[in-house]
Amino acid sequence: MEGLERIVLAHPFFAGFEAELGQVVSGCARNLRFETGQYLFRAGDEANEIFLIRQGVVSIEIAAPGQKPTVFATEREGEIVGAAWMVPPYRWRFDARATSLTRAIGIDARCLREKCEADDHLGYEMMKRFLPVVARRLDETRLQMLDVYGKQSA
Amino acid sequence: MTAAEDPFIPLPYCVGRVRRETGDTASLELLPLAGPRPSFKAGQFNMLTAFGVGEVAISMSGDPAETEGFVHTVRNVGAVSGALARLETGAALGLRGPFGTAWPTEEAIGADVLIVAGGLGLAPLRPAIYEVLARRERYGRVVLLYGTRSPRDILYRAEMGRWRRRLDVDIEITVDHADPAWHGNVGVVPRLIPRMSFDPQNTFAMVCGPEVMMRFTASALHEAGVSFERIWISMERNMKCAIGLCGHCQFGPDFICKDGPVMRYDRIASLLAVREI
Repeated sequence: MEGLERIVLAHPFFAGFEAELGQVVSGCARNLRFETGQYLFRAGDEANEIFLIRQGVVSIEIAAPGQKPTVFATEREGEIVGAAWMVPPYRWRFDARATSLTRAIGIDARCLREKCEADDHLGYEMMKRFLPVVARRLDETRLQMLDVYGKQSA
Repeated sequence: MTAAEDPFIPLPYCVGRVRRETGDTASLELLPLAGPRPSFKAGQFNMLTAFGVGEVAISMSGDPAETEGFVHTVRNVGAVSGALARLETGAALGLRGPFGTAWPTEEAIGADVLIVAGGLGLAPLRPAIYEVLARRERYGRVVLLYGTRSPRDILYRAEMGRWRRRLDVDIEITVDHADPAWHGNVGVVPRLIPRMSFDPQNTFAMVCGPEVMMRFTASALHEAGVSFERIWISMERNMKCAIGLCGHCQFGPDFICKDGPVMRYDRIASLLAVREI
C-alpha cells in the first residue's frame, strides 16, 4: 500500500473503507499543509477539493463587508472540511481558515466526482460517508439557530 | 411554628457579596441573618424571595463544603430573577430550602465522570464539580464540557482557567459563534463528546442546560456508549411550594421540586418530547 493511500485510509472518515476503493480515491489525493491564518478556501471560489484534517484546527467563517467575520464551526483532526464539492454549482459558501498549523489530505473534487460517476459502488460508499456528516451538521446548525442559551430560551 | 420549622416561611438572608459574572448574570453569596446556614447537596435548590416582587427556584452554585453562606448564580430573565440579579451587597431577601435531589457524586466514585453544561446550566453543576475535584483521587477520568453562546457569555471565567490548568481534568469549552479572536471550539456541545477520552461502560454523566441541549447531549452520550441509566440531568419547571404539594411542577408521575431537579435520564426520557406535559 502506498504511503498516501495508507494515510487516506487511516483517516476516521474512511474507517472500514474497502482497500480497492481506497486505492481509487487516493489517486485523487495529495498532501497539504496550511500555516496559521492561511485560508483553505474562500466563499465563492470553486469547490474543487475535499479536506481530510490530519492535524490542526480549521475555522469555518462567514464575513460581510466592513464587519468582523463570524466563526460558526471549527473542525479538527479526524474531521473533514468541505461538502460543497457534491452539490452544483460546486462553489464554496463560506471561508475556511487554519487557526493553527494544519496538515490535511486534499482530494481533488472533480477527479472524485468523475470516479464516482463511473463507479456506482464507489459513489454510494462516498455518499454513505458524507450523508451522516451533512445530517449531523444540519442538526447542529438547527441547534445553533434555536439559540438555546439566549434570553428568549431561558 | 417558627420559620425554621415551616417550609413555607422564608428565612431572612442578606447579600454578603456580589460577583458580576456576565452582563446579565450575577453570583450572590447569601448569609443567614439568624442561625446557621443549613447544609445542602450538590444539585439542590432554594426558593429565593425578592421582597415585593416574588419567589423563584434557583439552584445552589457554591461549594457544599463551605459552611458560611449559600451561593446562587442568577440570570436576569424575568421580574424576580431580574430583581435578584440586581441586588447589591447588604440587601435583604427571603430564602426557603434546600430542596430537591442531588447529583450522583457518591454513586460515581470509582467511575469516570463526564460533566456537560450548557449556558447557565454550569451553575447547578458547579457544586458537583467542587465535590469531585475535592476527592479527585476517588474518580477515574474527569471531563468537563461547557457550551455557551459566545466567548463573552462564559461563566466563572477565572475559575475555569484554574480548572483548565489542572492536569487531572479534561476541559473543553465551545461557543455557538465567535469572532476570529476566539481560538477555542465553535459548535454545539454534544459535538465535543466523541472527541473526549472516557470509558463509556463506566461513566457517570451529569448534564445541565436548556432542555433541547440536554436531549441532544443525552443522544450523543448514548451514541458514544453511555447507557441512559448512567445519565443524569437537572430539570427546570415552574416551582411554587417546592415540597411536592401544589402540583405546579408536575412532570408525568413526578414533581420536579421533590423527585428532581436532578433525575436519571431513563426515568424521564420518554416524557421530554411530550408537548402536553
